[in-house]
Formats: sequence, C-alpha cells, structure tokens
Amino acid sequence: MADLVKFTINGQELEAPAGMLVIEAAKQNGIEIPSFCYYEGYSLQAACRMCLVEVEKMPKMQVACTLPVSAGMVIRTETDQVKLARKSTLEFLLTNHPLDCPVCDKGGECELQDMVFRYGAGESRYTETKIHVNEQQWSPVVFYDAPRCILCFRCVRACDEGMGVSALGVINRGAQSLISPNMGDHLECDECGQCIDICPVGALTSGAYRYQTRPWEMEHVGTICTHCSDGCKTTLGVRNDEIVRGNNRDRSGVNGEFLCIKGRYAFDFSESAERLQSPMIRVNGKLEEVSWSKALETIGKKFAEVKAKGGKFGVIGSNHTTNEENYYLQKFARQGLGTNNIDHQRTGDVVTLVDALSGTTGRLAKTEDFYERKAVLVIGADLSAEHPFLAFQTRANYRHHEAHVYAVTAEAVREDNMATRSVRVAKGEELAGVEGLRDALAAETELVVVFDDSIKGDKVRSLVAFGESLGIPVSYCALVDYSNSRGAIDMGLVAELNPGFHATGTAGASVDEMLAANDLAALWVVGSNPLQNAKLAASRAFVVVQDLFLTETAQRADVVLPTASAYEKNGTVTNGCGEVQRLKRASATMGAKTDLEIIGLIAKEMGLAPLMGPWLPETVYAEIRKTVKGYDIPLPLVTIGAQQTAPVNGRVGVDSRPDLIRSSHDKLFTSGTLGRYSTVLNSVIEGRQSR
Amino acid sequence: MTFSPELEARFEKFLAKYPADRKRSAVIPMLVYAQDETEAITQELIEEVAKRCGVTPLQVDEVVGFYSMLHKKPQGKYHVQVCTNISCLLVGGEELWNQACHKLGIGHKQTSADGRVSLEEVECMGACSWAPAVQVNYDFYHFVTPGQLDKLLDGLAAGKKPEEIADVKKVSC
Ligand code: SF4
Ligand code: SF4
Ligand code: SF4
Ligand code: FES
Ligand code: FES
Repeated sequence: MADLVKFTINGQELEAPAGMLVIEAAKQNGIEIPSFCYYEGYSLQAACRMCLVEVEKMPKMQVACTLPVSAGMVIRTETDQVKLARKSTLEFLLTNHPLDCPVCDKGGECELQDMVFRYGAGESRYTETKIHVNEQQWSPVVFYDAPRCILCFRCVRACDEGMGVSALGVINRGAQSLISPNMGDHLECDECGQCIDICPVGALTSGAYRYQTRPWEMEHVGTICTHCSDGCKTTLGVRNDEIVRGNNRDRSGVNGEFLCIKGRYAFDFSESAERLQSPMIRVNGKLEEVSWSKALETIGKKFAEVKAKGGKFGVIGSNHTTNEENYYLQKFARQGLGTNNIDHQRTGDVVTLVDALSGTTGRLAKTEDFYERKAVLVIGADLSAEHPFLAFQTRANYRHHEAHVYAVTAEAVREDNMATRSVRVAKGEELAGVEGLRDALAAETELVVVFDDSIKGDKVRSLVAFGESLGIPVSYCALVDYSNSRGAIDMGLVAELNPGFHATGTAGASVDEMLAANDLAALWVVGSNPLQNAKLAASRAFVVVQDLFLTETAQRADVVLPTASAYEKNGTVTNGCGEVQRLKRASATMGAKTDLEIIGLIAKEMGLAPLMGPWLPETVYAEIRKTVKGYDIPLPLVTIGAQQTAPVNGRVGVDSRPDLIRSSHDKLFTSGTLGRYSTVLNSVIEGRQSR
Repeated sequence: MTFSPELEARFEKFLAKYPADRKRSAVIPMLVYAQDETEAITQELIEEVAKRCGVTPLQVDEVVGFYSMLHKKPQGKYHVQVCTNISCLLVGGEELWNQACHKLGIGHKQTSADGRVSLEEVECMGACSWAPAVQVNYDFYHFVTPGQLDKLLDGLAAGKKPEEIADVKKVSC
C-alpha cells in the first residue's frame, strides 16, 4: 500500500494513501462529494463537474474525482462557492432534461432528482425549447430515452470495461450528443442490463421493469440467482406478491453490483403462466388435477407398496433445489426408502478435484480469488458466456490489478482480448494446451485454475499434478452448471456419496442407470428433467415428478406435484466455489409447495415423519451443520454473506464416473429447462433469429 | 476496402508510429486522409478503419461525429470555412460569414449546385491572432477583408484554383 498522507477536509485532519482520489478519500471518511460521472472501478471521466471542491492554494475549484490527495492538502467540500457550483451544474444538466419524474422509472431513486432536491435551483433560467429525441427500443431488454440522459458515460464504460462488450458509444457533440447502440438502431450485446442499472437517471430503462411500478411500492428481497453456479445475489423487487425486477444495487453478495441477464431479468420464469398450480394424477392415461391430500396419499401408498415388495426405487434430485431439500431428499431415499439409487445430473467433476486435493486445505478457489489472484487460467469453458460473473471478476482483476489471464479453449473466447496467452486446442486436448503454458505459468507468483467438464476423472488428477509441479500457490475451481449443482454433490445427491463426500460403500444407480433399468418400480424426480433427451426403459414404473412446469419428464409422470421456485422458498444454496448463501422467499405461487414441504408430507404419509424430522429449512440446516463435514457454519453468518464450506480434507475414494458428467454448457440466453419458460431469454433469442 | 498506394503507405506510417496496444491513436489521422480520397466517410470506411485500429465501428463513429473536420457527406471541391468564434467575431467574422452565404446562395454545411464550393461556419480554428480567419480545405487565410473574401469566392466559383486568385494569399503553416 502506498504511504499514508495527511490532509484536511472541512477542517478535519484525515489520512489516506497517497494518490487516492479526493472523492474516495472523502467517502472513506464519511464525507460525501456528489458525483455523476465518477464511478468506482471504472475509468475516470471528469465529465459532469458535479464533484467540484475547493482546494487551498489552487485558484480554481477542482474536480474531486480525478484529483489525487497529497500531503498537506486543504480541501473544502461544503462552502458557499462549492454549493453554488453544484447548483449551477445541476441547472446546466437540467437545461435539456425533461421534467417527467412523475412518469420516469427512476423517479424516487434517481441520483439527479436527489441532487436537485438537495442542491438544485427551484427554477431554470433556460426558457428556450428543449431538444427532443424520441424514446428508442434497442433490444428486448434495453430502452433509451435520450432527453433524460445527462451524458455521464457510465453506461459506455460499464459495457466497455466491465462487460468487455463495447456495445455503447457516444455520437455527435455538445448538446446533440447521444448514446448509441453498436448496431446503429439496435443492440447486439450480452443484454446484461448493467448499463441500465448504472445509469444515474432514467435514460436507460429495461423492458422488464419500465412503467411497472414505483420503487417505493416494492419490497426488496435479497436472494440468490437460480441460474448458473456463480451464485450472484439478486435483490428482487416484489409488488403484490409479484417479482417485478432484479438488481443488486446495494452491492451485497459475492457479485457486488454485477448480474447477467439471467440474474437481473430471468426471474420471470417464476411468474410464467405455465406454472403448475395443482397436483395431478394420471387417470385413464391422462393427467387430471386432484387435491394435495389425494396426490400425497396416492404417492404414500404406492411408495410403501414398492418398499414392502422390495421393489427398485430411483430418486433423481435437482441442480436448483436448496441444500436443505437435497439433504432431506437423500435422507428420505437412503433411510426412508432404503435405497442408494439417488443421483442428480452431474455437471462437473468436483468429486475428483476434492479427492486430488486431499491432504491440503484452502485449495478450492473462492469467488474473490478470481479478482485477487495474480493469474487466472481458464480451461475449456467459454467463461463470459457460461459463467458471466466469474468472467466479470476476472476482467476486473485484469483491469484493476493487471492480472495475467490464460485461456485454453477450443473456440475463440472473450477472455482472449485480455489474455497474456490464448491457446486453441481441439476438444479433448486441453491438457496438452495447458502443458504448453508450463513455463509461463511457472513464472507466475500464484494462480487460479478454472475448468469445465472437458477436464474430468484422471484428467483432473493430471491437472492438479501439473498445478502442484509449478511450485506456486494454485487454487482450483471445477465449474458446475446451476445454482446448487455444487450443493447437490455436497448433500449427497450422488449414487456413490453420502453427504459430505462420504463414500456409501455400495454405490446406487446413477441417473442413466435408473432410466435404463427395466425393473425400476418407482421413479421420483424432484426438480429435474431427465426425460428431455432420454427414455425411461421401465415402462410400468410409477413416476412421481415435482416441478414448476409440465416438462417432458412431468408429462410421463403418474403424479405431478407443483413446486415453488427458488425465488419462492427459504434455504441455502452453495455456489460453484463452495460458498454457501441464503435463499429468501420473495413471492409465492398459489397451489405450489416447496420441495422440502412436499418431501416432508410424503414422509408423513408413509409414517416416516419421526425419522425425517420437521421440514423447516432452519431445522434441516441445523442437522446439516451437525452431520455434513464442512458445513458447520452458523446461519447468521450465511445470512450476512457467502461462506465457503471447508472441504473435506481427505480421500473421497470413489470413482467420480466421468462418463456421467455432462455440462449442458448453457450460454448467456439459455438456462436448461428453466430458460425455456423465461420470456426475456426467449425474446432475446427470437430477436436474434429474426435478424 | 482498397486505397491508393500513397494512402496505404500513410496508413502504415501512422500505425507504426503508435505502440501496438494504442493503435486507436491512428483513427483520426487515418480518417482525415482517407476522406480526401473517398470524398466522404462512409460506413465502409468506418468499418475498415475500425478493423485496422482494433476498435469497434461504433468507436470510430464516435470520433467522426465529434470532429467537425470529418465529414459523412461529400464536400465541395473547395470547402470554405469561416470562423465566427469570439476573436473573429470581434473583428468581422460574422460579417464575412453572412457575406459568404449571400454570395454563394448557400448556407451552413451546404454545397453549391456545381459542387465546386461548400460552406461551413466553424468554431475557433486556432488562428485568433490573425483574426478574422478563413480556411479553404487545409489552407488558412489570415486578416481576411470583405474585399478579399469576395475575390476568393468569385475566383473559386469561376473555376479558378485558390493559388490562381490574385491578391488573396494563403499562409503557410
Ligand atoms: S445490456 Fe450489458 S452488454 Fe448490453 S449494452 Fe448494456 S451493458 Fe452492454
Ligand atoms: S444513458 Fe444514463 S448512464 Fe448513459 S450517459 Fe446517459 S445518463 Fe449516463
Ligand atoms: S452469472 Fe450466473 S449466478 Fe450470476 S446472475 Fe448470471 S446466471 Fe445468475
Ligand atoms: S464526478 Fe467529477 S466530474 Fe463528474
Ligand atoms: S476565434 Fe476564429 S480562429 Fe479563434
């Protein structure tokens, strides 16, 4: 850290590292200097002049957003002159700004509105006609209302520097300046909405939220995005039990403000008209709506019957359900139904990684490592498309810390633009590509290695051996697909593993094996769609499906139970880096129940309630803390932030079954079965196809 | 897009002049010289320059829109620019501007019917010490009097080259 220097602001003696910007040094000490164009983490602009302050011995006022503090500096931020400057700047910004706050989405949380309220003039001396430009729609997500734009260029920098997309620019000059999308009249970009949320005013608005509500009419519920495994916190705005927006402006969570299109807008699957709202039972070949009690009774009876006869069960869990639900489900399967035939669609080889790292601690990469470590090696994955947040972290690391980025992939990826070295390899040849980087990597001081399902089984061991041979500290991340794919493994939704990576001894049937078994008597699918691309061999098997939608799998079911989405339940999930975070219920769908409750109710039907214990997330979590190694983290800690679970420090000792590990490689606009029910994702995809 | 060998050579010089990761610095000079050859800055040219300088077409477009000397529409053979900013304004710049408009019968950013002369009212061109100033293509005329402007415009309209017009001398800079 740079040397500390002493200076004063408003007579207060303060200290900050030399070179720190005055605006930051002030903020650190609780002194606010208003700003529009300045935005932490992005390049400096000094465009708006809102941050003018007086500095002794400098004849003119200075822009606090580009002025570094130095020893002995005497700064004043609240003098009459400064206030007058703020007032004038605001009057200037308002010359061409429409006074349409009452209908503007930003009204109530607009930085310009707030500043004018505090410092502005009640009247404008500008009486000429304002320049009007019609509102434009650039994509299903992004709308631009030029007259409201104060030309702070935050959006341009967020897209260029933050996203690495560079889809926005400024055209023309002076009062005629406009923000322009990359394709002239429309956008072709990640549709992440960063530009919209970072806009201090209502110039950029989103298709999802515009004209829906006023900010103060919503409740704000912080929960975890249910799409990819990066585990971004998304704060859902809920009005009348309906989610109307997602953002993370309070920068809570591992992701700060970042969200991709899925975390910010693809909550809409949860509000889809196709949500199931009543249990259904197959009668004469057709699914008919029945009451919950009838459906549960049918399942309880049938399960008991199969169990009594010693019939074969298959239980398939989800990549999206909570740790509590996963734990509860595997407990039910193993202890209640007496089967190890429980699994989920495996998406990345965490198991071998944990095994290969046995005997070490702290070697599983944390999310923050992608921002803090000096070098990052990406293997296989198109990180920007498949794991947008990890890519964003890496990009920020490159921008702020000049981190060295290496990419070994089959196709060109966005990471190439910042990569120290990019290596193109044929699929399957990734390790050879990595080997080619040996000298470069050994010259680094530390490294984060992140890999997708192109590295599994023995390749994971080879990769770890390679990493260990570099002689520098290396941490690893095995990418998985969805919000709780990691939690599914940790909680033992794995045929070979009990919770906490404990081998079961006798392995149960995997998903593929369950589907292929002719003698399967009952199949219970919780929040998964295995029949999307596969057939169920046992044509007479009794199939129970818990899902949000009538998926391919649900269509084959004998009993379908409508479940609550991730945004409609409490509990915890574990992201790809093993960090546990808390889900909070934002809304509800009539008729649906959480998977936890459903499992509990089935247990009750079968007289297994005493074995299973109460189906309260907190109670189940308490049991997880006690029994699952690594998860002994108090809930309040999970509530305030992500906590990495301490991984088991020993051999796992099972075959991770690389043949079963298949990532679906969802890109920006897809998200497995869930994505199909998201209007926003579909409209982006359709928009592109129609061009 | 193909350019004349001379222009290609110029481009190469510009690109070599800046560090490899600062190629974007060559955007402005490339556009300035290219537009002389292509008559105006077309979308095709924008994309070509973007490609060569490693930026997006939109980033080149930002530059084109910002600088008044970059033109998306073809100019007349002689592009007459009259400064009406403060220094020139104080010593007759505005009168010169009005005179030019009257004489040519065209206005700001317009071109005469025969395509010979186009007119533009410009901001300060850094010639304040010699105000009022007029610029024709890349040549400056200092301390311009109404009489000289008349001769200049008459000459250009009659098909003369600027250097063939008596009594009005460009300054070399
Ligand atoms: S939505 Fe995201 S990618 Fe698209 S222009 Fe805005 S910031 Fe850029
Ligand atoms: S659109 Fe918003 S973020 Fe972009 S320049 Fe205008 S005011 Fe700033
Ligand atoms: S990066 Fe992943 S977790 Fe984050 S918002 Fe996007 S889909 Fe959700
Ligand atoms: S915040 Fe300093 S000039 Fe805009
Ligand atoms: S004001 Fe005309 S050249 Fe400066």
